[in-house]
Amino acid sequence: MDRIKNHPILDFEKNEKITISFEGREIECFRGETIVSALSVAGITTLRENVKTHRPQGLFCAIGKCSSCLMEVNGVPNVRTCIVLVEDGMTVRRQNGKGVLHED
Amino acid sequence: MKTDSFDVLVIGGGPAGLCACAELSRCGIKVLLVDEGPVLGGQLVKQTHKFFGSREHYAGVRGIEIPDKLQEEIDEKLITVYSSSTVVGIYPPNNNVLIYRDQKKVEEHSFKYIIIATGASENMILFENNDLPGIYGAGAVQTLMNQYGIIPGKNMLMVGAGNIGLIVSYQLLQAGCRVKKLIEAAPSIGGYLVHASKIIRMGIPVQTSTTILKAIGTEKVEGAITVKLDENWNQIEGTEEEIEVDTICLSVGLAPSYKLAVHAGCKQIFIRELGGMIPWRNSSQETSVNGIYIAGDACGVEEASSAMIEGRLAGLNIAKCMKRLSEKACNEKIDDNLISLDKLRSGPFGERIVEGIRKLEGKSYE
Ligand SMILES: Cc1cc2nc3c(=O)[nH]c(=O)nc-3n(C[C@H](O)[C@H](O)[C@H](O)COP(=O)(O)OP(=O)(O)OC[C@H]3O[C@@H](n4cnc5c(N)ncnc54)[C@H](O)[C@@H]3O)c2cc1C
Ligand code: FES
Repeated sequence: MDRIKNHPILDFEKNEKITISFEGREIECFRGETIVSALSVAGITTLRENVKTHRPQGLFCAIGKCSSCLMEVNGVPNVRTCIVLVEDGMTVRRQNGKGVLHED
Repeated sequence: MKTDSFDVLVIGGGPAGLCACAELSRCGIKVLLVDEGPVLGGQLVKQTHKFFGSREHYAGVRGIEIPDKLQEEIDEKLITVYSSSTVVGIYPPNNNVLIYRDQKKVEEHSFKYIIIATGASENMILFENNDLPGIYGAGAVQTLMNQYGIIPGKNMLMVGAGNIGLIVSYQLLQAGCRVKKLIEAAPSIGGYLVHASKIIRMGIPVQTSTTILKAIGTEKVEGAITVKLDENWNQIEGTEEEIEVDTICLSVGLAPSYKLAVHAGCKQIFIRELGGMIPWRNSSQETSVNGIYIAGDACGVEEASSAMIEGRLAGLNIAKCMKRLSEKACNEKIDDNLISLDKLRSGPFGERIVEGIRKLEGKSYE
């Protein structure tokens, strides 16, 4: 997906550029956007695998209501990546299955 | 557990929640507002179009401009906002509440009064491959393009010609996405004529009595198959049509998000006109559980203006219980809001809601 360049009503101010890692790949994005927004621009549409059918799952509601976008973020599973903002150096992984919670 | 100095918890910072905060803070009541989104405003933050409705409720103003106006009504000293935080549980009778603060750690609080203003979530419909990446709800499409500045797809199939389907189609064109076709299962367009004529003028083909049969693709959407429906909504064999698209947008209605009310033990009732199962409430917006109020789309899918009034009503009724305003002053304000609500629902588009409210009032859990 591309970023909108000209819009008749909206102005999209670009914040500071930061980097997150997706499955070991570095992705440039902007502070203030969600993880899903950054991944979409990078062309990543499969966010996790369905627990039962193992089919690819992507974004659906984008407001934290449907759980279609659950991913592993900084080692924590089941993060709703459509409402969590990117942070510099964040590691994001596709989630297969229900995820494992690590005690710390 | 934290001992709190807040009098009221408001869950959800959309138009309903913000208006509740405005009325509460005007009565000197301290509020904690929790919203799981990164910014306040709920669905308004992505609505670039000018609102319809009545002038006193911001008709003619773009949705994106309303949250700031509402926040100006709130006394900053009396409100604490936890954004990017989710309320995950309510435990009566003491109304202990679990809050997942900053999506990082769980905090426990307790409140005498709670207003649930959690909005609605999008419906899904049945068709083959409906879980493929590239199939988005209309709200998601709006969030991507209007909040984060991303073109959600190059070629889109829009499913559903209610107001939301029409408005979002137009917004997609503004963002630089091609809407290849708009299909609607009903025999006619459901939304306002002004919105429909705008997109027809822009050259988007609209096909009524048509539904989606299948999404094509294995890793993501590569196309779709549509089919015509007869007057009994049965598929007509031989009318299947393949269309090449990379995104499918579903704009097929919303259902109230009221999980927290169920968790708290609020009695539910099925009212089709208000969006299906909803928590029961009285005309003060109070649920069957003492001290728990509900307002906005969470208790019946309607529109922003009615969500605002319901939020104000919830706030004022709590102020009345807390005796922070004279009973007379409270009642006057409550009556004014009830009259506005009646006026809003008096048009032809309000008939369905009025019927739903009538059914609601026919039942009592008090
Ligand atoms: C495309 C579109 C166009 C529209 N156009 C119009 C129009 O022209 N005129 C009009 O009047 N209306 C319009 N509406 C409808 C209007 O936007 C909604 O009716 C209104 O936003 C409902 O307000 P609300 O406060 O009930 O819920 P919302 O605006 O949905 O706000 C709910 C808030 O609650 C938060 N939340 C949910 N669960 C939790 C939780 N567990 N913990 C913490 N926070 C939570 C969410 O993050 C969200 O911010 C439109 C809607 C759409 C989708
Ligand atoms: S896409 Fe629905 S919860 Fe994230």
